[in-house]
Amino acid sequence: MTSANQIRMPAGGASASPAGPHRAGRDSARRADNRRKWYEIIGLTTPAVLIYVMFVLVPMGFAVYYSLFRWRGVGPPTEFVGLRNYTLAFQDPIFLDALRNNAIIVFGSLLIQGPIALGVALLLNRRFRGRAVFRLLVFVPYVLAEVTVGIMWKLLLTGDGTVDALMRSLGMGGLVQAWLADLDVVIWTLLAILTWKYVGFAIILLLAGLSNVPDELTEAAAIDGASWWQIQRHVTIPLLGPTIRIWMFLSMIGSLQIFDMIWVTSVPAVRSLGASATMATYMVDNGFFARLWGYGNAVAVILFVISFVAALLFQRFLLRRDIEGAITGRAK
Amino acid sequence: MATKRRASAVLALLMTSVVVLAGCSGGGEEAAPQSELYKDPVTLSWWHNASQDGPGKTYWEKVAKDFSALHPTVKIEIEAIETNQLQRTRLPAALLSSDPPDIFQAWGGGEMSEQVEADYLKEITDQTKTEVGDIGSAAEIWQVKGKQYGLPFRMGIEGVWYNKEMFAKAGIAAPPTTFEELNTAVTKLKAINVIPIAVGAGDKWPAAHWWYNMALRACSVDALKKASAEKNFDDPCFVKAGQDLKAFIDTKPFQPNFIATPGQNDPTSANGMLANGKAAMELMGDWNRGTLDTVTTDKAKLASFLGWFPVPAISGSPGDPKAALGGGDGFSCAKNAPAECVEFLKYIVSPEVQKGYAETGTGLPVAKGAADAVKDPALKSILEATSGASYVQLWLDTAYGSTVGNAMNDAIVAIFAGNGTPEKVVSAMKAAASK
Repeated sequence: MTSANQIRMPAGGASASPAGPHRAGRDSARRADNRRKWYEIIGLTTPAVLIYVMFVLVPMGFAVYYSLFRWRGVGPPTEFVGLRNYTLAFQDPIFLDALRNNAIIVFGSLLIQGPIALGVALLLNRRFRGRAVFRLLVFVPYVLAEVTVGIMWKLLLTGDGTVDALMRSLGMGGLVQAWLADLDVVIWTLLAILTWKYVGFAIILLLAGLSNVPDELTEAAAIDGASWWQIQRHVTIPLLGPTIRIWMFLSMIGSLQIFDMIWVTSVPAVRSLGASATMATYMVDNGFFARLWGYGNAVAVILFVISFVAALLFQRFLLRRDIEGAITGRAK
Repeated sequence: MATKRRASAVLALLMTSVVVLAGCSGGGEEAAPQSELYKDPVTLSWWHNASQDGPGKTYWEKVAKDFSALHPTVKIEIEAIETNQLQRTRLPAALLSSDPPDIFQAWGGGEMSEQVEADYLKEITDQTKTEVGDIGSAAEIWQVKGKQYGLPFRMGIEGVWYNKEMFAKAGIAAPPTTFEELNTAVTKLKAINVIPIAVGAGDKWPAAHWWYNMALRACSVDALKKASAEKNFDDPCFVKAGQDLKAFIDTKPFQPNFIATPGQNDPTSANGMLANGKAAMELMGDWNRGTLDTVTTDKAKLASFLGWFPVPAISGSPGDPKAALGGGDGFSCAKNAPAECVEFLKYIVSPEVQKGYAETGTGLPVAKGAADAVKDPALKSILEATSGASYVQLWLDTAYGSTVGNAMNDAIVAIFAGNGTPEKVVSAMKAAASK
């Protein structure tokens, strides 16, 4: 938005009133308006900016600073080691496992939740009896706290627990696994739980997007003789693009930073063997539990950089058209 | 998509605490002379880990109240904090600031020597000579280079908790005293379709304690002392410990999928398995009597079948068969805490208060005069074994400090999971020491 726009806006608002002031009076009124606007901007943003700087930017600076030290959190950091903590992290096979697990969750969430959510959203967008109930049901898991969901599934999945018994009674006993104990299985179990919880969020987002698709377009397509499938394929889904991309963005950032569910559902031993560790759980396990504070900060910085770069790339290549003007500047 | 409030919260906590600390530097040091004791009103802040509602928490409240009644100038403010939070985040952050709690939980060992090095703790050698004399060798765990920096209120050695009824049913006449006998017992228990030993490997340390005991048997006392003092793990006995452990795991004495079994506090834990008659044995410390009670469905039945025996010896190994692993809980005073803090510390370990502590059944007391208050037969046998032990080695992860301890536990758990080796445990410990 240009500054000319900003000046014009209050004046435009004023012209809505029937009064027709003189030219000079209008100028000074415009200046006063302008000044008041700046006071408003400063007054309203200062607390937020201060909090943002104090609790986001400054701590981030400290994290980078501490990551350069060998520091156990006893006494001030004194032993400067440069980038050694970063090198150590990338040499630790468990950290590499954590990176792999994060990648599994990022891509697994997109590839599994995306198609499911789209299908269910298209279905729920049609009119049928009980639609409101279905909409509510798919959204319930998302409303539950992540810790609650984690504990619930942990109890359901214990050896010879509810899930195993249910599968056996359905004649699927051969498929029963040590869901949370088998080191090759646990990450997929966790992915399934995450899907169960977050697919509802994707569905709600897509439903909101669907309600913005004008009926005129689908009606026009129908009049032209397009089948329901053709309408979805060529009219609705293309128009859902911005919503799908925003959901992908949120899902990706969330998956990179995932912590609660893993921490609660997966026991320390399985995490420390790398089977279910993510970057965030690795950071806490090493930073606090092994009391490697400098190292933990380095992992935090790596996590931040990866998320930040991923976010920037996503915005640059996929979100560009959707958020034009708001972040990326004017379209050329 | 996943919201990860917790990760950012933890990050923010780490960082904000650090911002807060940045503004603080060490305050002045004005210890009140002895003559001024109880003259000015003081408030002692006390952080302990009895955070769950129960006899432990209630008892500390009573102790604080009683002390204030004896010395009206002293007011005590208690904060009960869950162990992990207390040890891993709250205490380190508070100690870095200029305003730590006056008296707080201390576990001794490697962590304490780091705290002493950073000048966080009050030295109390001279004021506590009587108490240390009464407590005996257990007090050494709260010493750094011969000086006293804290006092224990609970101390015990670990051993095997077992189900007497199952042993009788399997035809095991007496508790095993050697690993050969233990192996025989395992075979007999399997024959009657009972899980011989429950291990909470999911929490790492309950599994790691099996390795500690192998090391205790494989290593000479000198090698163990050297490892604690110098973080020197060159003695081949540490590799031998891993080999012995691997051989033991290969006999399949543990429950299936033990890698995901939690240690204590819920019915599916290793603790719950023993308490509810689903496994015959569990290796655990003296606090287990209390935690078994919280997870059992039938306390009376538990009391009727529960027994305890020391960790069996390994014949022909250089380790002292009468040496035991143990540890405890204690309190330290912050460097700049008022002198009344030391008096309160002494009060906590006085025989009267210790007797009351023993009666809560939450742990074994350290003061000699309090031993009579221990009523439970299993706890009594631990008390006897503790006083009969020739050498008590502090839990190795505590003794070596969190960094080496954590790496060691991880590497031991890898052996349990089948993808670790005895050599890797030692190399992980050495690598962590330099991390």
